[in-house]
This record gives sequence, structure tokens and C-alpha cells, in this order.
Amino acid sequence: MAKALNASYRRYHPKWHRERVPIFWWVRSASYIKFMCRELTSLFVAYAAGLLLVQVWALGQGAAAHARLLNWLSHPAVVTGHVVLLATLLFHTVTWLNLTPQALVLRLGRWRVPKAVVWVGHYAVWLVLSLVIVWLFVGVA
Amino acid sequence: MNSVAVEVLRYRPETEEEPSFEVFDVPYEDNWMVLDAINHIKDQMDGTLSYRWACRMGVCGSCGMMVNGKPVLTCATYVEDVLPGPVRVEPLRGFPVVRDLVTDIRDFMVKLQRVKPWIIREEEKPLAEGEYLQTPEELQDYKQYSMCINCMLCYAACPIYELDPEFIGPAAIALAQRYNLDSRDQGREERMDVLSQHDGMWGCTFVGDCSVVCPKKVDPAGAIQRYKLDATVDWFRSALMPWRKR
Amino acid sequence: MHTVNHDVLLIGGGGAGLRAAIAVAETNPGLSVAVASKVYPMRSHTVSAEGGAAAVIRPEDSLDEHAYDTISGGDWLCDQDAVEMFVREAPEEMLRMEHWGCPWSRKPDGTIATRPFGGMKTERTWFAADKTGFHMLHTLFQTTLKYPPISRYDEWFVTRLLVEDGRCQGAVAVELATGEVHTILARSVIMCAGGGGKVYPFTTNANIKTGDGMALAYRAGAPLKDMEFVQYHPTGLPFTGILVTEAARAEGGWLVNKDGYRYLQDYDLGTPEPRPVLRSMELGPRDRLSQAFVGELKKGRTVETRYGHVVYLDVRRLGQRVIDEKIPFVRELCLKYEKIDPVKDMIPVRPVVHYMMGGIHTDLQGATSIPGLFAAGEVACVSINGANRLGSNSLTELLVFGARAGKAAARYAAGAPAPSRSVLAQGLQEEARLQKQFLGKRGGRERMADLRKEMQDTMEASAGLYRDGATLKAGTEKVQELKERFCDVVMEDPSLTFNTELQTVLELENLLDVAESVLHSALARRESRGAHQRTDFPERDDQDYLAHSLAYATAEVPRIDYLPVTITRWPAGERVYGRAAAPEKGGK
Repeated sequence: MAKALNASYRRYHPKWHRERVPIFWWVRSASYIKFMCRELTSLFVAYAAGLLLVQVWALGQGAAAHARLLNWLSHPAVVTGHVVLLATLLFHTVTWLNLTPQALVLRLGRWRVPKAVVWVGHYAVWLVLSLVIVWLFVGVA
Repeated sequence: MNSVAVEVLRYRPETEEEPSFEVFDVPYEDNWMVLDAINHIKDQMDGTLSYRWACRMGVCGSCGMMVNGKPVLTCATYVEDVLPGPVRVEPLRGFPVVRDLVTDIRDFMVKLQRVKPWIIREEEKPLAEGEYLQTPEELQDYKQYSMCINCMLCYAACPIYELDPEFIGPAAIALAQRYNLDSRDQGREERMDVLSQHDGMWGCTFVGDCSVVCPKKVDPAGAIQRYKLDATVDWFRSALMPWRKR
Repeated sequence: MHTVNHDVLLIGGGGAGLRAAIAVAETNPGLSVAVASKVYPMRSHTVSAEGGAAAVIRPEDSLDEHAYDTISGGDWLCDQDAVEMFVREAPEEMLRMEHWGCPWSRKPDGTIATRPFGGMKTERTWFAADKTGFHMLHTLFQTTLKYPPISRYDEWFVTRLLVEDGRCQGAVAVELATGEVHTILARSVIMCAGGGGKVYPFTTNANIKTGDGMALAYRAGAPLKDMEFVQYHPTGLPFTGILVTEAARAEGGWLVNKDGYRYLQDYDLGTPEPRPVLRSMELGPRDRLSQAFVGELKKGRTVETRYGHVVYLDVRRLGQRVIDEKIPFVRELCLKYEKIDPVKDMIPVRPVVHYMMGGIHTDLQGATSIPGLFAAGEVACVSINGANRLGSNSLTELLVFGARAGKAAARYAAGAPAPSRSVLAQGLQEEARLQKQFLGKRGGRERMADLRKEMQDTMEASAGLYRDGATLKAGTEKVQELKERFCDVVMEDPSLTFNTELQTVLELENLLDVAESVLHSALARRESRGAHQRTDFPERDDQDYLAHSLAYATAEVPRIDYLPVTITRWPAGERVYGRAAAPEKGGK
């Protein structure tokens, strides 16, 4: 029982079907959701960088301006927001560092640096830099 | 004998505007691959089901399909591993669907040719002088990237390719790297010209799913990021030391 | 009807087809080359070949030894002039592959590594881990991309050769994606469509190995040579039939029966040694090893499993490092398809149909009996493989004869007149036939899967490892019946767009022709030689049968003729494996 031919079909010229990509294409898998979150954290990184610049600028404006900024920063809502910010920055950093062994192939002569060493090395550098910054703060305070 | 419901996407462009799902109740045994179930449907239940397959041992790359939303080689996926039913079988994502489970992969063939996947040399060594020497370590440098069976599961897993079909794609870039890193090849510059464009390696945002789904552990994502590092170092070299021959 | 014009048409895009295409493009860049294949070239079955490709490269090796190994391996049915030429051109072709980028495995100093292989006196098998065919095919395919004169027609299924005025002038093909039938006109045609293992139920071959090329040439009037010689590879995985490469034995694997006994020593294949000995035991020729399995089966020393009787291939003694370096694909396949790890368990194996020594009769240039039609690869029979092929000779054969056929076809095309327009009438006829016989067919009672299964079971019973006249005769009658029932086949899919049912039924039509030629050729050959073993004629008969069988298609049963084997320097002798006696060498 032959079915009637489709209106959009021309002999020897079938219409291909292209699946439309939904705007929420990324909710279909855990790895895509994680990817989108990771990418979104870059906005938070941009905000943190901006915040740092604002602090520097405030210092430049004098003690009064700086005191007003610190006042704002101590507001409970702002503190809560910045704790969330810290979490996103940590997420951003950890996902970035975890990808380094896949992206970075280092050679010393013919010897290829093992992935584990690349991974540990990056975390070690991060840890050291963080400690240095913490020490600077403690030192100043 | 057990049986499982298999939901297959059908598309008959001559008589239908849109694809639709059809469910088959397929008997299976513990050693059946999803491909065996699909073959059973075609042989015994509905001869009009169209799909591609050949080697049934995971080396020809023909039988890639989406099973329960994941791109897999149906000849290498046990039915038992995708239970319970219904098992949803769809054509590979990212490519236009021609008919049922068959997609049009010509875009990949064009892109493969663009990356110049052959040995490029300024001067060929005459055959009488024998082989190009290549130590086992030099072979290891590119071996992984040479294992690509062109199954295109990586294209199906890549959201960039789905959103922007201009993107050259994981397998093509991995194959470019296979030749770049081959000690016998001298075509790195030529390929860099092709791949440093906007639809080349820079389209990639390192989602990383391509390497996860690759059945041969080619790691195209790693190949692309390495390529980006190479390209960046290249750029700095040419900017800071323009007199240096690339 | 849509027509396409080229100078040379390649049918088939596997190792031989792609090598031939490159040969045409390099011989005469002014010629336009078309490669028409029913699958994308990288899906061709060359991709599954594992073990390696043979060519003389070591200083202690010699062309004469490679020739002698091949000729004795083929039980003296090889044309010795062809073999001599083959071994001479092999090293250069293999080096050319290396220059094109093929990732051959290397020795620590960077030179090409070789491994021992079955039936070879010296190590001469080049290898790329254990995915040699895969790497060769992808290297060839990627290299063809740099030649502008080569046009590809991917997923075009050739259904008929066009022969007019006594020469081949092209072919008719269905474009699978759209269903449009095209006539491809060409001044010369090279058939490289591979073998036909799918006539058997249990085979290493992919689904696409349906003997299309053999059937097309057969129906066009070219004889099929030595079709009765079908190789059973001794080690295939049970149920799936997936190949476990000979390299596993070459690296030191042992074949043992249910008692853990290396049974090959009971079959005049030598004495067991801890390390592999060339041309002995597990490194004997494939036909003898497969026949030994049948011997064990009869003695009740095989192991019965869910999927039939098996013996075991033990590679545990190689150790994980060697396995992962030399035969990693074998390990992958066992883990996936048998759910065992060869590092710790023995691999269950049994003989499985693997290769057809027979094929379209060609000369040393790849020319068939139809002017303008050439053939190369498994579809052809030159013959260099004789009654039994040695492992690793066929990948090299693709290169040597692909190149030869390419050059010859290029020369022919340059001198041939353009195809005559009268050929187009044949194209229209074929289009009408496809519509009437298949696409427009209504009704029918025979399911093609059932017909195929019956044919395969008949082939296994009648033309298996051991044959006899009565079963062969019954087989020929059964195939005749199946061909009649084929006219009543059910076609459920009337559509034009990627109709794989049409493809399947065309393949079945081809398979039935191949089956017919195998059975009739086997029935006519009343001797045992190499892979053709008859229980009613158990001896080799050089008096009457040192000749190739030629099967010609007729309106009824095929006509079998004979063509004497070309002997140059090695008179027919005894095949000796595993014994200390040095092989007799002819000539200087």
C-alpha cells in the first residue's frame, strides 16, 4: 500500500531533516551543564577582577573613600554574595586546573612529563601563590 | 529469551514531512549488541529500516548512532548495557538526516580534505634510499591521533558543531595533528594557515565530550588544545622575532 | 538518464581501488578518474586486516625465498611468473606506502620492523601494531585526497557492467542516497570490489563483502578462476567470527586442545618448541591449521561451548607488555566481544571463512578477458595465492596489483576511443530492470534474510573445510532452487531514498552467483589441494589438476574449463612444514 508522495519531495531530491537546536540544548546532559556553569563562572571572574580594581581606585581616592568601600563590603548581603563568589571562583579554578594535563604536553628531551606530574604541578603553583598572598595580607595586618 | 522495546527514529522524506518514532519489541540474548537488535528488526520485522553497518568489530566507523541520547558505535554496545527499555535509537546528532538512521556526512569529508591529511614535504626522498627513519618514540608522538576511524561520534558529541556547522570539528583537527606531529611531515605551516581561522581550532571551547565518546581514545580535545598552545607560541615567535624562519 | 563521463572508472574504494586510482593519476595526470564505491572508502573491508603485509627487506631474506614460500604455501597452484613479479615489486610498493605516511612499526634504530608469519621461512611481514589494514587504508585514502583528477562517487552501488563492441565501456550505478540510476561512461574500468565471504554463515568478513565485483564480471562474461579455494582462517572468535590475527601466533601464541596439548604436532606440522619456529607448528599455512581443527573435532578433543566447538589460543605467556605493544587490538577485541582478557585467559577460537583465493581471472597486468576491464585485489585471481594464501601476502597484493592494474588501465584508456552512445541503451535497460524487478515489486513470499541464511547454511555444509561429491551436488541443486525462489523475494521498501533493502537484495543476487560458481568449481575439481579438500578424492593430482578452474556463466549451470598453471622455476613438489628437510629450490 504505497503512501502518497510528500508535497516537498521532488524525485531524486529528498529533503534532509535538520534537528532544530533548542535554546536549552545544554540541559540534556550532566557534562554539558557542568560546561555551561564553568563558562558562566568567567563572568564572576570578571566581576572579581573589577572588584579588585575598584579597591585600588578607592585607595587612590583617599582614606574616606576606602572606608566607605569597606563599609559596603561588610554589609551582610554583600558578604553572602561574595562567599558565593568565592565558590564560583574555586569552581572555575579547579575545573581549569583539572584540564591542564589534557592540554599540556611537556617534554624534557625524549621523556614525556606524566599527566599526574602536570596536574600536581599546577595545583602546587596555585597553592604556593595563594599562601604568598595570604602571608602578604597577614603581614600587612 | 528476553525482549526489549526498541524505539527507532524513522524518517521517510518521500512520504513524511517530519521524523517520528516507531517501537519494536525485539528479542535478544546476553551477547547481542544493539546492532544485532537493529539487524533483527530489518531482517524479521520491518525491511524498510535503513542504516549503515559493515565490519561489526568497531574498526570501520559506519554504525555510529545515538542510543539513549549518547553517541555510540552500535556494534560495540551491548543491549544489556542500555537496559532497561525502551532503548531509544536515533541518527547521529549534528548531521542532516537523509533517511531513518542514515545521516549525510559529506561535510566531514570536505573538512577532512581541507586539513591536508597527507605527508607534505619540501623534497621527497627517493624510494631507492629506503624508508624515512622514525624511532618508536617518534611514532608514539602521533600514534594516538592516527587511530581515528572517522566514526564521527565526536561530531555528534560536540555542541559547537551542532550550533555552528562551519566548525571544522574534532576528528578533522586531530587528523591534522596526526600529520603535524609525524616526524616525516613538513606541512605544519600549511595546516596552521587552515586551522588558525575562525572555523578552525579557535571554534573549540573545550567542552571535552568528544574525547569522552571517542571509541578509540584518540583524545581530539587534547589534540585541539595542544594545537592552540602551538598556535599561540607560533604567534608570539613571529611577533617578537619576525626574522626567524617558521 | 543521468550520465557521468570519466576516463577510468574504479569500482570499489578499498586498498586495491585507492592504490589503482593513485597509479592512474600518477601515470597520466590528464586522465579523469572516478572511484565509485557502495560505501565510503574508509569503511572498505581492508580496514579490518590486522596482521601485516609481506615484502622482502631483511638482508638474510631473498626474493626467491618469498616466491618459494608463496608457491609452496599455495600448493603449487600459483602462477610462478606472477609470483616472481609480485615478490620483486613488493618491497618498492611497501616503501612507497611508508613515504605516504603509513605508520609502520619500527625497530629502535628507526628502520622498518618485521615479524614472522605463517608459512614464511624468514621474517618479512611489515606491520603497524596489529591494525595494519586500518593504517594502510587510511593512509591510501588520505593520500588520494591530494590528487585533483580523482573524483569520488561515495555510496554508488554498481549494478551492471556495460560491455559493448567487445569491450567494457563503463557501468550503471544506483546512487543510494537518492535512488537515482546513473550511467558512468569510461574508457577503461578497474574492478576492485573485494571478495565474497558472506556466502558463508560464519566469516571474519564485514557485511559488505558480498562478491559484487565477482558477480558483475561473471554476468558480463568474464570467467571466475579458482573459486573453489576458500580460505578458513584458523583463529576466529566464536559466535561473532571476528578475526584474531595470525600475528598472535607469530608473536608466540600456542594453539591447544581441551587437554592443553599443542595438537598441531600430530598433523605433520613439526615438533613443539617454546619459541615460534618459522614454517612450523602455529606458523604453518592456514589451510593445514584449519584442517587440523577438524581432525581434533573428530577425535573429540575440542571444547564444546555455547557457540560450537573451539580450541584455545594461548598468548598468556607473551605477557602484558608484549601483548599491549604487538597485539593490542587483539586484546581490545577479546575484552569487548569475548569478555576475556588474553593476558590472563586463553582465547577460544575456531576456523572461520576469511578470504577467497579465487576471483576474476586476470593476467599479470590485471587485465581480464574483457578488453577494457581490469581487476585487482581480492576480487581478482592472478593467481599468486594458488590453493591457499599465506598470511600478509594479500595486503601487499593490493598494492602491487592495484598499481599494475592502474597503470595498465591508464594506458588502455589513453589509447581507447570514447565510449559509444549505444551503451546508454543498456543503462536505460538496467534502470527499467531495477524498477520492475525490485522497486516496483509487489507481493512475494520469500524473505531475503531467510534465503540468505539457507544459502549460507548450504555453503557451510557443502563447501566447507572438507567436501565430497554428493554433498557438493546437493549444494548446487539447492543454490539453483534458491535462485528460482529469489524471483519471489519480498520487497517491503518501495522508496528511492537510501533504500538499504534494495542494496541487500542486489547483494543477495550477487551472493547467489558467487555461491553457484564456488560449488560448481568445487564439484568439478576431483582432487584435494590446499584449501579444497575432498574426502572422496583425498590426494593431490598434478596430472589432471595442476590447472586453474575457470567458471563461465551460462543460461543454466556454469561451464567449468581449465587453464594450466604457469610453472617457471619450481616444479610441483611436496609441501613440507615443521620438518628439518630443507625445501627444494628450483632454478639457480
